Amino acid sequence: MNRNAKDKPAATKARVATIWLDGCSGCHMSFLDMDERLLALAEQIELVYSPLVDQKEFPPQVDVAIVEGAVATDEDIEKMRLVRSRTKVLIALGDCAVTGNVPSMRNSIPVEDVFDRAYRDNAQLQPQRPATNLPVLLERVRPVHEVVKVDVHIPGCPPPADAIFYIISELLAGRTPDVAAVTRFGK
Amino acid sequence: MTRPSVPKPAGVAQPQVVTLRIDGRDVSARSDETILSVARQNRIDIPTLCYLDGLSGWGACRLCLVDIKGTPKLLPACVTLVREGMEVTTDSPRLQKYRRMVLELLFSERNHVCSVCVSNGKCELQAMAQRLGMTHVSLPYRYPRLEFDSSNDLFRMDHNRCILCTRCVRVCDEIEGAHTWDCRGRGIETRIISDLNEPWGESSTCTRCGKCVNVCPTGALSQKGTAVAEMTKRVTFLPYLTLMRNSDEP
Amino acid sequence: MTPEELQKVAIIEQESQEQYDHRIHVCMAAGCLSNRADLVKQQLEKQIAANGLERRCTVKGVGCMGLCAAGPLVSIQPKGIMYQEVKPTDAPDIIQTLDKAPIERLRCDTAMPFFKEQKKVVLENCGLIDPERVEEYIAVGGYQGLLKALTEMQPAEVIEEVTRSGLRGRGGAGFPTGLKWSTVAKAQHPDGRKFVICNADEGDPGAFMDRSVLESDPHRILEGMAIAAYAVGATQGYLYVRAEYPLAVKRLKQAIRQAERLALLGNNIFGTPFSFNVDIRLGAGAFVCGEETALIASIEGKRGQPRPRPPFPAESGLWGCPTLINNVETFANIPPILRNGGEWFAQIGTEKSKGTKVFALAGRVKNTGLIEVPMGIPLRRIIFDIGGGIPDGRKFKAVQTGGPSGGCLPERFLDMPVDYESLMQAGSIMGSGGMIVMDDTSCMVDVARYFMEFCMSESCGKCVPCRVGTAQMHDLLVKIIEKRATDSDVRLLNELCDMVQSTSLCGLGQTAPNPVLSTLRYFPEEYEALVQAGREREAAGSNGSAMHVAPQLKPNSTQPQAHVDSEVTP
Ligand SMILES: Cc1cc2nc3c(=O)[nH]c(=O)nc-3n(C[C@H](O)[C@H](O)[C@H](O)COP(=O)(O)O)c2cc1C
Ligand code: SF4
Ligand code: FES
Repeated sequence: MNRNAKDKPAATKARVATIWLDGCSGCHMSFLDMDERLLALAEQIELVYSPLVDQKEFPPQVDVAIVEGAVATDEDIEKMRLVRSRTKVLIALGDCAVTGNVPSMRNSIPVEDVFDRAYRDNAQLQPQRPATNLPVLLERVRPVHEVVKVDVHIPGCPPPADAIFYIISELLAGRTPDVAAVTRFGK
Repeated sequence: MTRPSVPKPAGVAQPQVVTLRIDGRDVSARSDETILSVARQNRIDIPTLCYLDGLSGWGACRLCLVDIKGTPKLLPACVTLVREGMEVTTDSPRLQKYRRMVLELLFSERNHVCSVCVSNGKCELQAMAQRLGMTHVSLPYRYPRLEFDSSNDLFRMDHNRCILCTRCVRVCDEIEGAHTWDCRGRGIETRIISDLNEPWGESSTCTRCGKCVNVCPTGALSQKGTAVAEMTKRVTFLPYLTLMRNSDEP
Repeated sequence: MTPEELQKVAIIEQESQEQYDHRIHVCMAAGCLSNRADLVKQQLEKQIAANGLERRCTVKGVGCMGLCAAGPLVSIQPKGIMYQEVKPTDAPDIIQTLDKAPIERLRCDTAMPFFKEQKKVVLENCGLIDPERVEEYIAVGGYQGLLKALTEMQPAEVIEEVTRSGLRGRGGAGFPTGLKWSTVAKAQHPDGRKFVICNADEGDPGAFMDRSVLESDPHRILEGMAIAAYAVGATQGYLYVRAEYPLAVKRLKQAIRQAERLALLGNNIFGTPFSFNVDIRLGAGAFVCGEETALIASIEGKRGQPRPRPPFPAESGLWGCPTLINNVETFANIPPILRNGGEWFAQIGTEKSKGTKVFALAGRVKNTGLIEVPMGIPLRRIIFDIGGGIPDGRKFKAVQTGGPSGGCLPERFLDMPVDYESLMQAGSIMGSGGMIVMDDTSCMVDVARYFMEFCMSESCGKCVPCRVGTAQMHDLLVKIIEKRATDSDVRLLNELCDMVQSTSLCGLGQTAPNPVLSTLRYFPEEYEALVQAGREREAAGSNGSAMHVAPQLKPNSTQPQAHVDSEVTP
């Protein structure tokens, strides 16, 4: 296949997905902050699933899945198991996915009290708890690697766009990135 | 020279000059120096957390453990004195593994949420994790429920970020002479306390000098009025104070 | 006190003993006391008075006779009859039959292996003398070792005698005692002070060897310490006893007073230039304060936390001075070594482990209690002959030695000799002498969890690997037992064991993984079964995974609550 990278057929591009669990979407923003480098990236990847694209089902045969956010509900667990079973390289992006971060600050408080605080104590009108058709909150928010195997951890809140670009480029080139050299917890 | 960090073996006469080998390099030292200090003089940087230049050695964080040929146990460089002919290895895959696990244990022990911490970007624990290439904690987090003492009008103590290095205890005892801080409890329940476990603001011994705040490696002790990533610590006073003190000695 | 006076005290005491036809010994150590041996003694005394036998019989409280499981024990000397499970109501019968055949129903067979297989050196006086009277100790040769050391030997000769005996520390690590003594003897301090400390903090769960010696024969420890002080050049000693041993403390205090009164402690003992005083310090129930540097910190009035060694206490110990610290049982071996010579002692035991060892035999054996056996005796003889085997027809599964620092050994080690090296090689340690036998009903993972919980709550909290590592390992063991663990949890447990063992500051952390490591090594199938059970549950669907899931909030269960909420809203 003696083609120029520019018109690589979709089939040889890496199939990339991004997932948004319990997080503030800042990591996705930082991802977008790669700005014009996104164009270069777009030549190597095909975005097959993401909160940024209109795709409801997580597709099969994903090469790289990037997860933002911590695991906070039963639905998150199910989703991550599905993602893991269909993905080659799973990346935990950002402190929430890597450590639990801010969402996990509720972990030393019983779930019931958290609910009361959010929906009853501070409500002015009709305090009540949402109950139907919602995912069930876990007793404790967990980093992604406590639920499924994670291949690459990128700490940072959010990890800088440069770091994300470097790490993804290295991975696409088949090399092992030196993550700690470009980002850290809380960065 | 700083305060002796180790109880001196009794009856040791004048320190002697010894030669030893650190990471394959021949170096000379005085027999009353620690491996850590000799290594640093020779630009061999052994990671440390509980150690602080100017305070007595404590040997508790175990980051500075080094391998000494002929000794079955790993020994803490910060409190182990050099000996003639010693062969020290300060870095190896095994030591790296243990150091990373020490950090993982510390991160899993309490609630270190860097992104919302006053010391974010200025924290020795955080920096050490980066330096040792620790990008996640594979041990389960413990998420204890811990207290926050803001009763002092100048400073606050956040037990969520405390790593029990006891630098605050030592600086208060050895430099300020107040001994406001100490520990209570055992094992995983150990906590730093002021006086006899009273609120810091009600302490009758605290002189509000702020030394403890400045030697604290994390965001556990901080100045009031600082928000996320605003707490900068200044420890330069410590070598100065100890130098001035020791120069009084005959 | 002169040598002649010592002799005189001994003779007077012996004669006063011999004037009685029957000397009735009632065990007054903690085990029998808890079965109301005190009431038995009272009734016996009453009966003697009622029968007008005061001139022919005497009753005395003595220390532990060993077979605690069958307490209260009563022995009648010089006939050598022993009665077990004696009740206060048995007193009349016992007194009536003193000159007749013994009562078969109470008879305890002293020819049974429990007694015959033992060899008593440390416990030689336990159960024979009244620990509250120094005269009785002197009558059985007490303080002769000290006399010999002070009047016939140079300090260096005393150390040589101890070295020749091959005695090794009984506090756990088995460090050669003679070598330790000579290090302290050589060490110097500008102001010349040195200390001798007796470590009586005995904190291993289930261990009571040291307590029995202290309660049954306290003068033996004082004599051992005084000999040590003479050998190393110390003038002050401390007995560090845990406060949970009030009877031992009481008897030690009494013993110190008596010894001082007879000038066996104090200035110019036996008219020599040697002076030695002993004080008691109480520990507040922290296991880690048995570690020598923590113990020293505790005596100094500081928080009981270990510090890195070197320097070792022998060089720089209590208040920076050279300090000799030995275990109770170590000191208890010293007087007989001095009396009979190091060679006599070296004949007992194996090549590298000399003498005897006291064990607190507990768990699933018929005869639980305190035993003293020669080093090198096979485990099987201890458990099946002395211990009488496993009760209720169950099968032997494992024996735990060395307490929380030790390990669990399976059946194939039963014929292994009990000595320092063999135990270490098998993945356990001699420790201070706890020995717990387990039958086939015990879960080895739970045993490991029990000891880890102990280490977790007794960790001093100073160093990171032990403080957090023990808590993490404990949580992992709980997870395994609750069938929530995966293979990666077991891997993590293994890694933590290695790390905590290699990086902890003191012996507590360094040995805390031992119960886990030994059960992982000898009973891997028990871990595997629990993990497998978890895997099956996981496979059966459900969220019973590694996570705690909040109880399902059923729509209708929350509805009424919302209803209540709206009621309280204004
Ligand atoms: C955690 C820990 C607890 C210990 N507890 C005791 C104890 O209760 N009694 C004791 O004699 N030695 C104990 N030791 C051992 C002492 O540190 C010390 O080695 C011993 O007292 C030396 O005496 P020896 O040479 O006669 O054995 C303990 C050690 C550790 C690490
Ligand atoms: S190993 Fe445990 S008991 Fe020993 S110093 Fe460390 S924390 Fe304390
Ligand atoms: S720096 Fe040496 S043990 Fe902490």
